[in-house]
Amino acid sequence: MKFLCIGCDTVMSFAERELPGDGTMTAVFTCETCGREVAMLTNPMETQLVSSLGIQVGGRTVPEQPMELVRGNLATGGAAFADAEAPGRVTWNEDATERLARVPSFVRGMVKRIYTDYARERGIATITTDVMDRARSDLGLEGM
Amino acid sequence: MKRRIRTYAELGDAAGGSIGAQVAAQTERLTRRLGAIGHVVAIASGKGGVGKSFITANLAAALVRRGHRVGVVDGDVNGPTAALMLGAARGPLTVADDGVHPANTAAGCTLMSMDLLLASPDAPVRWREPADGGFVWQSTLETGALREFLADTAWGELDYLLVDLAPGTDRISRLLALVPDPSAMLLVTTPSAAAASVVTRSVTHARDAGVRDIALVSNMDGHACPSCGSAVPVFGDEPGAALAERLRIPLWATVPFDPAVGADTDRGRPAVLAAPHTAAARALEALARALENHVRTRTRAEAIP
Repeated sequence: MKFLCIGCDTVMSFAERELPGDGTMTAVFTCETCGREVAMLTNPMETQLVSSLGIQVGGRTVPEQPMELVRGNLATGGAAFADAEAPGRVTWNEDATERLARVPSFVRGMVKRIYTDYARERGIATITTDVMDRARSDLGLEGM
Repeated sequence: MKRRIRTYAELGDAAGGSIGAQVAAQTERLTRRLGAIGHVVAIASGKGGVGKSFITANLAAALVRRGHRVGVVDGDVNGPTAALMLGAARGPLTVADDGVHPANTAAGCTLMSMDLLLASPDAPVRWREPADGGFVWQSTLETGALREFLADTAWGELDYLLVDLAPGTDRISRLLALVPDPSAMLLVTTPSAAAASVVTRSVTHARDAGVRDIALVSNMDGHACPSCGSAVPVFGDEPGAALAERLRIPLWATVPFDPAVGADTDRGRPAVLAAPHTAAARALEALARALENHVRTRTRAEAIP
């Protein structure tokens, strides 16, 4: 799926994606020539169709995580996954831990891993809410 | 004058993020993972209730006993039993940089199964999805789960990866979409007309899909009378040997029905470990030897330019 700005004959670039939490999705595309923006809105069925393929509209800002599709879509899963302790251990302060706890449990491990990788790659020893905000902005992790 | 709008194909990879590129990345990850695995072997049937998981568990245990490194994928996403039959260790699976680490089992192989991911023993597989139209994507999700079990499990180096498929001839094509050329496809049957009918369809399906190496395993084929020892047919229809001849595929094992070894396997003690002296266990050991011989021949044949 691509969007073409007819006037400019330019393929529009993916700008941002929002998941309001009701199963719908909003994806914004921009024409880099004229600046025109288009929002693609999908209903829950259309959103699920894409999600079932393990695909993200507009492309990925972070690499696909191990078993992302099963972990994100299984409603009857338990606490089946535990993150390995990696070298260069990164710690979480209290505020960041609290914010992480608000992430739905079925994706919490994956989200934690993304933030941890972000911090480790940048030599950050402690994840704070500021680090989380920076990671969200840098990686395009809306809703995390 | 009609305006000219470029087509999707003409845009090529412009703007990136295309679905095609993401699917290609998934395929690449799968290929990379399977590159460390000697032989992927599918255990299928098409028919339910013929003992595919029993055969898989015992074949895995027999191969381990023979010194091989073995992994098992429980491809029955909705009715997983491999964790039970192989005596899998319970507890959270470790997610590391190289993927999700599989569970160790009492049988000595490693395992990935939906059973290990569910909240409790009585929890069914249910997906997060809109209430309506689940049938549209459930099969896509199940195939996606199988893909992730294969590609995202940190199998390490294995000699054999056994994939136990769910009933349904369509499962064969779903696996082949992920693993186009398995080292062998074992079709499990019983000497019943119903099983023979479905397995015949599965053979046609596999042949049409270009599977080169199909073999038959006839399960519950006869029963040794505990009193007199004579062989008694259980089903009374076409025996495995006759079906194999009719379908022109090799019969790699004829496993007699033995309630005790079935019960052992259900308790996580595959027959080849719990009761190696039984006729069923000996037949399952013979199956492991047949597979070894097959892959040896196949490997030699592939090495010849």
